[in-house]
Amino acid sequence: MAEFVNFYLIPGLVLGSIYALGAIGVSMLFSILRFAHFAHGDMMTLAAYLALPVVVGLGLHPLAGAVAAAVMTSAVALGIDKIAYQPVRARPTIVAVMISLGVALMLRSVIQIGFGVKIESYSAGQIVPPLRFDWFVILEKHIWIIASTLVLMLAVHLLLSRTRAGKAMRAMSDSAELAQLTGIPTERVVRLTWIVGASLAAIAGVFAAWDTYLQTMMGWFLLLPIFAATILGGIGRPYGAMMGGLIIGLAEELSTYPWITDDPLVSPGYKTGIAFAIMVVLLIFRPHGLFGGRVF
Amino acid sequence: MTAPVLELRGIAGGYGEADILHGVSLTVAGGEIVVVIGPNGAGKSTAIKAVFGLLRISAGQILLGGEEITGLSTEKLITLGVSYVPQTGNVFPTLSVEENLELGAYIRNDDWRPRAREIYEMFPPLADRREQAAGTLSGGERQMVAIGRALMLEPRILLLDEPTAGLSPAYQHDILMIAKDINSSGVPILMVEQNARQALEIADRGYILVDGQNRLDDDASVLLSSPDVAKMFLGG
Amino acid sequence: MSPDQIYGLFLYGISLLTMGGIYALMTLGLNMHWGLTGILNIGIAGFFAVGAYTSAILAAAPHPGHWGGFGLPAVLTFPAAMVASAVVAYGIAGICIRLRSDYLAIASIGIAEILRLVVKNAKEVTNGTLGISNLPRPFEWIPGAGGQLAFLGLVIVLVLGVYWLAERARTSPWGRTMRAIRDNEDAARALGKDVDAFRTRAFVTGAAFMGLAGAMTAHYIKFIGPEATEPLQTTFLVWVMLIVGGSGSNRGAILGAVLMWTVWSASEIVAGYLPAELAARAAFVRVFLIGLVLVVVLQRFEGGILGPKRGET
Repeated sequence: MAEFVNFYLIPGLVLGSIYALGAIGVSMLFSILRFAHFAHGDMMTLAAYLALPVVVGLGLHPLAGAVAAAVMTSAVALGIDKIAYQPVRARPTIVAVMISLGVALMLRSVIQIGFGVKIESYSAGQIVPPLRFDWFVILEKHIWIIASTLVLMLAVHLLLSRTRAGKAMRAMSDSAELAQLTGIPTERVVRLTWIVGASLAAIAGVFAAWDTYLQTMMGWFLLLPIFAATILGGIGRPYGAMMGGLIIGLAEELSTYPWITDDPLVSPGYKTGIAFAIMVVLLIFRPHGLFGGRVF
Repeated sequence: MTAPVLELRGIAGGYGEADILHGVSLTVAGGEIVVVIGPNGAGKSTAIKAVFGLLRISAGQILLGGEEITGLSTEKLITLGVSYVPQTGNVFPTLSVEENLELGAYIRNDDWRPRAREIYEMFPPLADRREQAAGTLSGGERQMVAIGRALMLEPRILLLDEPTAGLSPAYQHDILMIAKDINSSGVPILMVEQNARQALEIADRGYILVDGQNRLDDDASVLLSSPDVAKMFLGG
Repeated sequence: MSPDQIYGLFLYGISLLTMGGIYALMTLGLNMHWGLTGILNIGIAGFFAVGAYTSAILAAAPHPGHWGGFGLPAVLTFPAAMVASAVVAYGIAGICIRLRSDYLAIASIGIAEILRLVVKNAKEVTNGTLGISNLPRPFEWIPGAGGQLAFLGLVIVLVLGVYWLAERARTSPWGRTMRAIRDNEDAARALGKDVDAFRTRAFVTGAAFMGLAGAMTAHYIKFIGPEATEPLQTTFLVWVMLIVGGSGSNRGAILGAVLMWTVWSASEIVAGYLPAELAARAAFVRVFLIGLVLVVVLQRFEGGILGPKRGET
């Protein structure tokens, strides 16, 4: 029990939180701009590195680093949208998909040129003992990550259900054409979507780096489970994306638990394959996701 | 004499290279319902889209209350008081009825709720379904949401593109009666309709378009009583 | 220049054309997927790896670290590589050929990742990260540069063969149907075309070409390891080649492959002259340029060099 909770369930929730934050943005972008944003993962990497001087240089808490990274990454995302995606808005969305692949490569190489490729950490050399409550053991950073994710999910919920801008986002995801005919300033909604998506991705990127370490390929490896979570939750359904993220994160961690024999159910080497396997099964049987999203 | 609310003068234009309209002229005076009818492919819906800035206009002028609005963007036209209800896909299906209305008032800076209350009085069935997702409503109720949303801005003119298309006969009648009521409350309406006869019955005047050009226009009652019009355009 | 330098340049030219030709097999395959059919395949590396490992295992000498010992000649292992990639593609098509292109892109990349994990983790089959080495290269028994020249000849023959097939497919009624599907899937469906069957055929054929390219590469460099399945040098470079050469045109596909491989390879040489500190970064600059070329060409030069311009078919 203790082992299961401490070493499988909690890490699963942490990973799931990171996936969920990424998946909300991918889902929103997919439903409003109608394209799969392949640069999302590398945007997360960028955020993790942008927070590095804040956390290590200024010595601030990683949460402060996450906020700073969210601001900077949003600015970068708006700039990229203007230069890369806006000029092809009227073209078939597949062009934007491919451009996002190019952007992903460019972002990654900029990080590699700017920060180098050696592994970095927010807390190099520091060993923080975990908190103990009887048999329950948890790292403080894991509490922060899970709690912040819950707060952010609530914030997204309030944005979408209580504010006019959030409702306009949902309206655009229903029908961008009708939104325009209604007088909703669609380009402004697009910019807001980038800010929300990039901020959540940035925070997720900082969390991922905080949980483990920084590495220039980290975002690319996060991207596929995030896509899997997005599809699982149903495209265009931010709440589904939240659930999808948690489910994929838990599935990855719990798959290595010795459920049947004394050996891990799935060899840890294949752990990251779990997300893809879930995704492929979904694409066959439930392309609308678990919660009934849309297939665009 | 005051200028008509809306006037099209010899409008030509289309979507791509080729023109669909080849000189359409019409006017809508204050307080009028004007219906545009004609065979399929005559450019009826295209004419209404031209007013709303959705068309490439190659010749002619459009005036709103005597001011030229030719070529203005949809966004601008909305702020000038033109509201448009497209024929299909005219509600946000996953948003509630109330949210649909709220977004209709997106560009209003004041409180939208009093206006929404007026809309609910106009469309009582919607009042009971405020929280329901618009996509789950019946076709007629969806049309009410769409028209209600367009009315949130208290427009100077309402453009309706085949509001009864795809509805059951009972609902077709209801929607046309609603259009009549809206008009009685002081909103001029320019409407395109397939149900030419029913639409003319509630209209003040009618225009018949053929091949992107005016063929005939007159008071609705005159068009309805003309045997030629009946034979050619009203299905006998 | 001394005779040695000229000879070195000569050998370099041969290797340039050989690799350019192998990449052309992949761009022709990708053109069948994307240019002709509109299938957004971002899992090229997966088909490449299936072909490469299939041929490598069938041809390799016995080795305790991985399967092998069949010692089959290339004339058998290359077709086997094509068949293996085609079979994998057929299975994938069954799952996701009906999906919208974005989903297909995600699925294809996911499947390529699974294949990469298998290659890395199925150590008893693939020797894991150590890879399979000492693969035989066809014609290597010919002394001097002759062996390399003969291999280049083989590459050229295969490229021409695949080009001929792809061109025939493109201009056939089948190809016209494919373009109709690409441009308006719903209309094609309405005309009673079995869209999924058409797309599956194109997907499987293109994947076979990619598998062949994988096998050729493995035997040319006499080694295959999991790095070959990293998406950068296979998937993305191939995409840039096709986009630059002109998606939709088979000649453009070949031109793009040879041209971009030359640029890619030359930039590596230039980087080699830089001081070590800069040389390490230059590798990333090259990746940046791949991304940049992709973005700029897609935004501004829709048809690439030889591809159809907007509105043409």
